[in-house]
Amino acid sequence: MSGVTLNSVRKTYPNGAEAIRGVDMQINSGELIVFVGPSGCGKSTLLRMVAGLESISDGQIKIGDRVINDVSPSERDVAMVFQNYALYPHMSVRGNMSYGLKNRKMPKDEIERRVNEAAAMLKIDQFLDRQPNQLSGGQRQRVAMGRAIVRNPQVFLFDEPLSNLDAKLRVQMRIEIKKLQRRMDVTSIYVTHDQTEAMTLADRLAVINEGRIEQMGAPMELYSDPKTLFVASFIGAPQINLLPVRYDGTQLSNGSLAFTGFADLPQDTDLVLGVRPDMLRHDPEGQFELRVDLVEQHGGENLVYGALLGARDAEGDDLEICLKGPQDLLPEMETVLRLGFDPSAAFVFRKDTGERLL
Amino acid sequence: MTRPGITTHLILICGAIFMTLPVWVAFATSTHAPETILREGLQILPGGHFFETYKEVLFVEGGVMKKVTATTMMKNSMILGIGFAVGKVIISMLAAYAIVYFRFRLAVPLFWIIFMTLLLPLEVRIIPSYEVVAGMGLLDTYTGLIVPLIASATGTFFFRQFFRSVPDELLEAARLDGASAWGFFIDILVPLSKTMIAAILIIMFVVGWNQYLWPLIMTTKEENYTLVIGIKQIYQVLSEGGELPQFQKAFALTILATLPPVLVVLIFQNWFVKGLVESEK
Repeated sequence: MSGVTLNSVRKTYPNGAEAIRGVDMQINSGELIVFVGPSGCGKSTLLRMVAGLESISDGQIKIGDRVINDVSPSERDVAMVFQNYALYPHMSVRGNMSYGLKNRKMPKDEIERRVNEAAAMLKIDQFLDRQPNQLSGGQRQRVAMGRAIVRNPQVFLFDEPLSNLDAKLRVQMRIEIKKLQRRMDVTSIYVTHDQTEAMTLADRLAVINEGRIEQMGAPMELYSDPKTLFVASFIGAPQINLLPVRYDGTQLSNGSLAFTGFADLPQDTDLVLGVRPDMLRHDPEGQFELRVDLVEQHGGENLVYGALLGARDAEGDDLEICLKGPQDLLPEMETVLRLGFDPSAAFVFRKDTGERLL
Repeated sequence: MTRPGITTHLILICGAIFMTLPVWVAFATSTHAPETILREGLQILPGGHFFETYKEVLFVEGGVMKKVTATTMMKNSMILGIGFAVGKVIISMLAAYAIVYFRFRLAVPLFWIIFMTLLLPLEVRIIPSYEVVAGMGLLDTYTGLIVPLIASATGTFFFRQFFRSVPDELLEAARLDGASAWGFFIDILVPLSKTMIAAILIIMFVVGWNQYLWPLIMTTKEENYTLVIGIKQIYQVLSEGGELPQFQKAFALTILATLPPVLVVLIFQNWFVKGLVESEK
């Protein structure tokens, strides 16, 4: 097994569009790295550059100690699972799984052995002679993974492999991918725009935005210690509450609201106060008031949405915030709930650069 | 949907009769003795000379032409039809493959040039084509008969459209699986295009079978005549000879010439329809 190294990798299209603007990354052997970001951020492009499906404009990609910039996709020793499975429709499951091995001129009995082994591991052994169109979405996804496994590659690449599945299956497959990856101990890169998938699967997460890595680290590290406004707002569901504020030397203010307990902030620029929904608490003594618009019951917990009284968002409208509370927190619509939060658990960002100050 | 009424049926029946009656008349007439035809004209009811006429046309030397029988002409037509269809499919698939999957300069202009040849029927280039084939000494050969006809803008266009609808991920998966350019074509694209190939083969077989002008100027010897040429020649012979005109044989030849295309379409019509409407990949 070997890791993957990216050294100031760039991708510029002939029309001048920059998809990847210099990425440095060290992926350790056996690690599962998730690239996460909004659509169009370049995460898939970066993955496809590792796969060899996109050329590398500048920089270097190494698998182990081997520079693979100019190595053809099939010789990079990587296997990829595609979003829409990309199974060969006219071949049986067995044919799909063995095609890559046949092209490598592997002996027949070795192919047979590997296919059977992978099929057993993925519980698709009873489908080996079926065509892909006779399989359900989940089964097709397994076949696509089987096709990757039989190759026994140094690196697995997953390009949003679960986005075509329904919610229940997605959770199930997510767990299986994680287990499989643990068991096989293969370095893996997984691309998704789903932050739950990202948080649950990753050993480390790379949040990508506009062709750059915003922050890379363990999922919880990104959650509790985001370096930028983008990372804070992208990681965490429900989304972090963001309040536009300014600092006057002693406190942060928005409209008629004031937040104390903050110090050493610049006074000459717009700031953003970020408070996670679970950091807010219902507190009869609290200093803020929320007018309840909607309560979502998620079973174990409730999400209360409403307008923060006295505060205004950037457009001057009511500022909608979300509070995560226990399941017995069931306020009536339009009632006012008092809230409080611990300033030390809140984040403060510069609005213009997105940089985190506190 | 409401059940089609009696008027609908009437119109359909009239249309069907209008289309098939001439064929029937040709068949019915072909089963009569030459004297009957000469005396009474075209016949609507079958006569008693079916086996006699067709045997003579198909198997007896001098029955229709001086030397060749309809069987030989049918063989020639078959070779032309099949060679034409297979050649067109191969050439146009390869052309479409190059245009769709290989990024080379001029790919788009080249495609449009190929496409524009649709505007130029064979008749426009028939003299130069003849010159080339004659210069290469290919007159009266199957090669000369088939090769100049097989470049196909229509086929290239159909395959191009089809290949463009094949998802890119398949190509990418195949590249990761180590398939070469040929490997991807043979292992993935050709099997995927099966129904498309069948449809084009059928259309092109019929077109090839019905070729008239090119075989006419290409073949000088009787043994190279195709059925379609044979029909033309037999009418000529009929009007020139001093003997009793053998109209029944001319009609028999016509019927024989229509049979193979009809059979091909009947037998393969399922594939044909599938190929034309197929959208599932």
